[in-house]
Amino acid sequence: MYERLEEITLAEQEVAERYDHTVNVCMAAGCMSSQSGAIKEAIDKEVEANGLERWCRVRGVGCMGLCAHGPLVAVDNGKPAETMYQYVTPEDAPAIVGSLDTAPVERLRCPTDVPFFQRQHKIVLENSGLIDPERIEEYIAADGYTALIKAITEMSPAEVIDEIITSGLRGRGGGGYPTGLKWTTVAKSDGETKYVICNADEGDPGAFMDRSVLESDPHRILEGMAIAGYAIGASQGYIYVRGEYPLAVARLKTAIRQARRVNMLGSGIAGTPFAFHIDIRLGAGAFVCGEETALIASIEGRRGQPRPRPPYPAEYGLWGQPTLINNVETLASVAPIIRNGGAWYAGMGTAKSKGTKVFALAGSINNTGLIEVPMGTSLREIIYEIGGGVSGGGKCKAIQTGGPSGGCIPADFLDTPVDYESLSALGSIMGSGGMIVMDETASMVDVARFFMEFCMTESCGRCVPCRVGTVHMHNLLDKFSRKEATPHDLVLLEKLCDMVRNTSLCGLGQTAPNPVMSTLRYFRHEYMAAITEEAADLFVLDPALSVSRNGATQRAPKLEVAS
Amino acid sequence: MPLRNEKVEPPSDDKRWRIVQATMQRNGFERDGLIETLHTVQESFGYLDDDSLRYVAASLNAPLSQVYGVSTFYHLFSLKPAGRHACVVCLGTACYIKGMPALLKEIEKRYGIKAGETTADGHLSLLTARCLGACGLAPVAVFDGNIAGKLDMAEALNRLQEMTTVATEVESVREA
Repeated sequence: MYERLEEITLAEQEVAERYDHTVNVCMAAGCMSSQSGAIKEAIDKEVEANGLERWCRVRGVGCMGLCAHGPLVAVDNGKPAETMYQYVTPEDAPAIVGSLDTAPVERLRCPTDVPFFQRQHKIVLENSGLIDPERIEEYIAADGYTALIKAITEMSPAEVIDEIITSGLRGRGGGGYPTGLKWTTVAKSDGETKYVICNADEGDPGAFMDRSVLESDPHRILEGMAIAGYAIGASQGYIYVRGEYPLAVARLKTAIRQARRVNMLGSGIAGTPFAFHIDIRLGAGAFVCGEETALIASIEGRRGQPRPRPPYPAEYGLWGQPTLINNVETLASVAPIIRNGGAWYAGMGTAKSKGTKVFALAGSINNTGLIEVPMGTSLREIIYEIGGGVSGGGKCKAIQTGGPSGGCIPADFLDTPVDYESLSALGSIMGSGGMIVMDETASMVDVARFFMEFCMTESCGRCVPCRVGTVHMHNLLDKFSRKEATPHDLVLLEKLCDMVRNTSLCGLGQTAPNPVMSTLRYFRHEYMAAITEEAADLFVLDPALSVSRNGATQRAPKLEVAS
Repeated sequence: MPLRNEKVEPPSDDKRWRIVQATMQRNGFERDGLIETLHTVQESFGYLDDDSLRYVAASLNAPLSQVYGVSTFYHLFSLKPAGRHACVVCLGTACYIKGMPALLKEIEKRYGIKAGETTADGHLSLLTARCLGACGLAPVAVFDGNIAGKLDMAEALNRLQEMTTVATEVESVREA
């Protein structure tokens, strides 16, 4: 079976050697939306028109990272990604093809010696932008599926888990739960059938890492899931993908079909007794389905409402069976860990957060796009060096991490190393990796209101604190953003934050107040500025008294105005 | 083993029901294929009407309450027919920061509809999305399936204008 992979690898290398030039066109969602499909067609035609088909191949590849400068095209003349072109249009095809044997087209050139490319350390994204995601052969030629073969032929399930424990890998979905521990729990649970679920319900607004991995390197996920299945004793896996990601779904489907064809999925993988099947389940636009029990409900074809835990899915999950749920990025890190050993992975990052993390840079930043850096890299390095600084020459005011469950980190803390503990200490969370930079023009009250509105609409309605609490918090924040708040509103808002956080059933409600609390912590003056002067005058420290005063004096005149 | 009624007749002899049937068959007429099935119905017919919900419920032997519950719980399912053209505006964080709220307000004003509504003539549905995952290109909107990034006010209104006028022209040709 090893031989089969080797054969494919050799055949691929032979093909690659036959060509002098390779033109890679980014076909991930970002560049696709700026017509990279048409660009590939134009380059194809141009190559054909010049009779260069035998020397030059044109490939569609995954995300190259620098989405802000898309559509991106990379030209290899022997070395990968030697020349990179930015803002390419179909009209540029003749120039690009014409310059293959001569100097690159300077006006289109995207410099690759900048920190954005140099400072990154790619493990999860190692193949992104370098291979065609729709061909398994290219993944195999890039050492793909060797980790799976190694695991099932040379290692026992316990050894695989040990390797993951050694690596120190933690859940990349945001919680940071040690992956090895989770695998151990599921492996130890009694149950006839066990399941592996890949959580690809990337709902955080502002995060697009998982989408990019799924679109650029889908086989990596399949391999990670199969290894996980072997380690815990499961033979069935599900990938739960957002319905909003049609391209990712299509590529996953292709990948599963191809993996079955070369027997990397299915029964008797690589001639061993190990069998593993993967099916795709589509989400339908519900943020709460990222919560593991809600996700399970959704896979079972029900409404995505969470249930109280324990029992945890590790013991009682899909159809009542022990279930392992891991995020896309976590599973994408599995194959390299098995291939290179857990100690290699543990050599990167900080004491408690190992390895690398993919971040999606967005908002007021020059180099919006996808980056992968070792844990512990400082925010300043990410924003100012890799990210190229704040766009429009503005000043960075805050960085939002963790989406609606996270918080805003003020610019004063730019030197904080990015790891799970440091971010929680600042009142935010690592989250799935969305990083949104806000400049001086952003109003923190508005940002808090935006996230609260999100949580309000996305609340599944099962438990009262979340269903009702988020509505009231939203209404209060609305008053603040209209600058009609009273001091009492502030007291009430803080009380509600505390209540919703401590009494909600699932993560959505428990973390919904985070954006409010973190902005209150660092930007309290913006809330204070939203309190009307007359209301501030009436404020007495005893909140109860101020309620009655508000009722008596504040509201009455307003009603008059309204009528 | 629950009783499965695989012989439920579709509401009409429309050929599109065969696609729906194929989806249910692929999932063995099991209830857990409900969301997949509803996706297929919506892809084929544009929205979920009462007949289709009843049909799916009967075929999967699922209570109507579950089918209705699921179709109203998830945002992607629509129980109302969509307009001839759709504009999906992304309201993710990055798009929000980059000025989508103002843009949305302007579109709402121009066409006299709120987000989630369809114009009276059925030409345009204005929808919102939580995040399209193209944050690098914020602000982003989808015009009839084509994603457009780095939008500004003029560009967005232009696109909408184009989309809807083409519709009106086709309409008038048809009428003539």
